[in-house]
Amino acid sequence: MSAVTLSDQPPPLLSSRARWLRKHPTLIVGALLLLAVTLLSLTAPWLASHDPQEIDPMARLQGSSAEHWLGTDAMGRDVFSRALWGGQVSLQVGLTVAVLSTVLGVLLGLIAGFVRWADGPVMRVMDGMMAIPGILLAIALMAVTRASMTTVIVAITVPEIPRVVRLVRSLSLILREQLFVEAARAVGTRLAAILWRHVLPNMVAPLLVQATFIAASAVLIEASLSFLGVGVPPQVPSWGNMMAEGRNFIGVAFSIIVYPGLLLAATVLAINLLGDGLRDALDPRLARQL
Amino acid sequence: MGYLLRRIAATLPVMAVVALIVFLLIHLAPGDPAALIAGDLATADDIAKLRTALGLDEPLWRQFARWATRLLQGDFGTSIFTQMPVTALLAQRIEPTLSIAVLTMSLAVAVAVPLGTLAAYAAGRWIDRLVMLFAVLAFSVPIFMVGYLLVYLFAIQLPWLPVQGYVRLGEGGVGPWLRSLTLPCINLALVYIALITRMTRATVLEVLQEDYIRTARAKGLGVLAVLGHALRNAAIPIATTVGVGIALLIGGVVVTETVFAIPGVGRLVIDSVQRHDYPVIQSVLLLSAGVYVLVNLLIDLSYRWFDPRINA
Repeated sequence: MSAVTLSDQPPPLLSSRARWLRKHPTLIVGALLLLAVTLLSLTAPWLASHDPQEIDPMARLQGSSAEHWLGTDAMGRDVFSRALWGGQVSLQVGLTVAVLSTVLGVLLGLIAGFVRWADGPVMRVMDGMMAIPGILLAIALMAVTRASMTTVIVAITVPEIPRVVRLVRSLSLILREQLFVEAARAVGTRLAAILWRHVLPNMVAPLLVQATFIAASAVLIEASLSFLGVGVPPQVPSWGNMMAEGRNFIGVAFSIIVYPGLLLAATVLAINLLGDGLRDALDPRLARQL
Repeated sequence: MGYLLRRIAATLPVMAVVALIVFLLIHLAPGDPAALIAGDLATADDIAKLRTALGLDEPLWRQFARWATRLLQGDFGTSIFTQMPVTALLAQRIEPTLSIAVLTMSLAVAVAVPLGTLAAYAAGRWIDRLVMLFAVLAFSVPIFMVGYLLVYLFAIQLPWLPVQGYVRLGEGGVGPWLRSLTLPCINLALVYIALITRMTRATVLEVLQEDYIRTARAKGLGVLAVLGHALRNAAIPIATTVGVGIALLIGGVVVTETVFAIPGVGRLVIDSVQRHDYPVIQSVLLLSAGVYVLVNLLIDLSYRWFDPRINA
């Protein structure tokens, strides 16, 4: 700060931005890693050397070769191609769950924070939901529905909602006492307008950080559900499914588990680093709350 | 005493909501609950019989009242697949799960608290960075992948430990029991070590800025004694994290028991999903929510032990 006031003129925009970025290396590393994984999985239709579903009984459990870069699985399917397509499943689940649980959590959290009679009932239901371990609730939800991409997304979203509701409610309790909210109320602004114009903008930073961490946990839970055999249908090439099928062959071909596992770990690590970086960069005080 | 009763009373509405959610689970899901329970091979006649037998044609509130009354009497229903009372089924499966849970949590606390304190003490130096790097890695790598890596290294490549399975304490004695639990517990503990280490580091770092720490240092107290003071004051957030960890632990057990083929409660849930055995699934949800609420109640109560100033 003092360097800026001492210099004759403010530094050009680009260099100050570059300096800001240099101050937050985790943010950069996370974003770049996530970008790489996203590009890899989005270009799967062109990059993949084989059809991810193509079965070749003559080429089962092979090591890496010129034909199959990362070898083949127990049904002779190309591990490299399946791993690329698997990224689409993980990223789709991560993004959708983060957006859905944030939107629903914000709605419920604002109701709890601003509609006084609704506060008790909403929060008691959230307490109850939080008492059930998230992955167990997701497994139970998968048990009563038919396995598909949609049911997996719903099953992972529901247990994540209470976390967002709690955050939004606690922020609401602080914001609703602020002078600018009181002033807006005094001049007769409708509640909806107050929430949209004055309350929500002040929640964007913590919500963004929270959503990032939810995305990371959603990717992990999706893989765990697939791995346990209660996730997306087995024919879908998700990383969890690949590892579930590969687990019977770890003595023979450990690589079937290693490649999807490494990609999965890299993806979750990237999102977690991005979340840590965002938290530090946007608001250091958040570090205490999240 | 009044405080204790108030705290206990506060857990009742939570458990009531849990019971309602667990009950509604199979009634709110799309489709006919009778058809859901009967499975894919049932005929329309089977489904109709089952509906009457289970009282599924009665009003929802009456079904809930009857179900909740039985729960309060300790009757968790009958497993559809095994035709055994669910409580008996759970009793068979609880030992391995409880063993994993207790050993994992003890291991995690024993490793994470010193590690987090060390990182806070060395904040900003390479050892701190190394610990934090480990923490974020352990958080990101899926449990089952680490599990198979451990199996591959320490059971297949180096035949030191059993690949899979569980030896009951009553059957093989302490040695084989511990050997069968070593890899599963190390596997599961890694996540909690990461979680608790991060929390310990953050809290201890904050406490180390306090005036009384400076005073303690100024009067020449040794490093370990100072850190002891700091830890005692950092105990509450750490205990809270351990409480949150219990909920995660039950979820993690499902995965670990699958990796290591351990016949515990977690494996029972997955088997029950495949068998459409809903009373079992519902009971495990209730049981784990109950454990979570109970542990968090105990941790709430322990605050007064850690900090005698909390009395009101």
